[in-house]
Amino acid sequence: MATPNTPLWEVFIRSRNGLAHKHVGSLHASDATMALQAARDIYTRRGEGLSIWVVPSTAITASDPAEKGMMFEPAESKIYRHPTFYEVPEEVGHM
Amino acid sequence: MYTQALNTAEAEDRGLEDAAKATQFQARIDAEERIEPNDWMPAAYRKTLTRQISQHAHSEIVGMLPEGNWITRAPSLRRKAALLAKVQDECGHGLYLYAAAETLGSSREELVDAMLAGKAKYSSIFNYPTLTWADIGTIGWLVDGAAIMNQIPLCRCSFGPYARAMIRVCKEESFHQRQGYEIMLTLCRGSDEQKAMAQDALNRWWWPVLMMFGPPDGVSQHSDTSTKWKIKRFSNDELRQKFVDATVPQAQYLGLTIPDPGMTQDAEGHWRYSEIDWTEFKQVLAGNGPCNRDRIAARRKAHDEGSWVREAAAAYAAKRAHRQTAQAAE
Repeated sequence: MATPNTPLWEVFIRSRNGLAHKHVGSLHASDATMALQAARDIYTRRGEGLSIWVVPSTAITASDPAEKGMMFEPAESKIYRHPTFYEVPEEVGHM
Repeated sequence: MYTQALNTAEAEDRGLEDAAKATQFQARIDAEERIEPNDWMPAAYRKTLTRQISQHAHSEIVGMLPEGNWITRAPSLRRKAALLAKVQDECGHGLYLYAAAETLGSSREELVDAMLAGKAKYSSIFNYPTLTWADIGTIGWLVDGAAIMNQIPLCRCSFGPYARAMIRVCKEESFHQRQGYEIMLTLCRGSDEQKAMAQDALNRWWWPVLMMFGPPDGVSQHSDTSTKWKIKRFSNDELRQKFVDATVPQAQYLGLTIPDPGMTQDAEGHWRYSEIDWTEFKQVLAGNGPCNRDRIAARRKAHDEGSWVREAAAAYAAKRAHRQTAQAAE
């Protein structure tokens, strides 16, 4: 007998105060409360975090990998956005 | 990101695989790029990985059974707490792996149902029984030791989600091996009976553990393409030899004898083991090991007895969602 599917959630954990939440993986749970508890058990068995976010996977909109060239081109062609583009004489020192 | 929703059939069922895409794919693999779930990949790559990762996940879950057998009978509270934590870890590892397998487009329910139906395999090692407490030590030391040997190269596997899951698993696995070795050390420093128990466990587990690395090179049916796709970085025999070389000195330290009278050390320092009984391996894989039926029966029982929990959770979530919609409409 096939088992009915349980919704998928993405799990984000903030490791220490001051650092952003980071995606650590996913899990299945029927609601948000159970997803939080499961995330605690699956992803923080060794003090990995101080805060957990769970997000329904269906709520995430992702960029299309097939279009990544077009998507990220504007950043790649603008080397003048990087500090090393500009010349500062050595005598001036660290800047 | 692990959204299965994006892996829909439209990308999958194109039938004819574009040769140019396949070449490009192989070039990415050769350049050590990671393949992510929504990238184009050959259907055979997807199939191979789905099979391998889900088998790996099933192995973690079924692997809880031989050890769970000893939780209530652990010799001290310290050992009990450690074993409980280890078995919890195995469950966690199974779940990371199911999540990684799902990114390839199969649902966890499908994967689990295939295992329960006996259609999917899991590691042959878990079809052996745990007769004494020394078996728990031996499993941690050797079974987890062999698993680590296998899993470390998988941290660099070409498929991103699998490699990432393996990094987590390997970090946690180290505790498993050390707690197993500590159990063995305690037994070996104990009474004559305890040491004999440790030796007996080693005698029974040694050969099945060597079989964990899979058939010898040249016979293994999946090796060539897996190597080309950088799913596999070392051959079965290479990993097996590495494991034996690492393990022999550990056994010597314990004062235990590897149950292989024909074993010799060659000029380069490698420990050469005797011929492995591959008929036993095939028999266990074919379902005729000492515990195959028990393991599947135990998984089915757990699954069936948990069905009311899944149903209740789903009903509760549906009721809450319904109430929220109703409130929003007011």
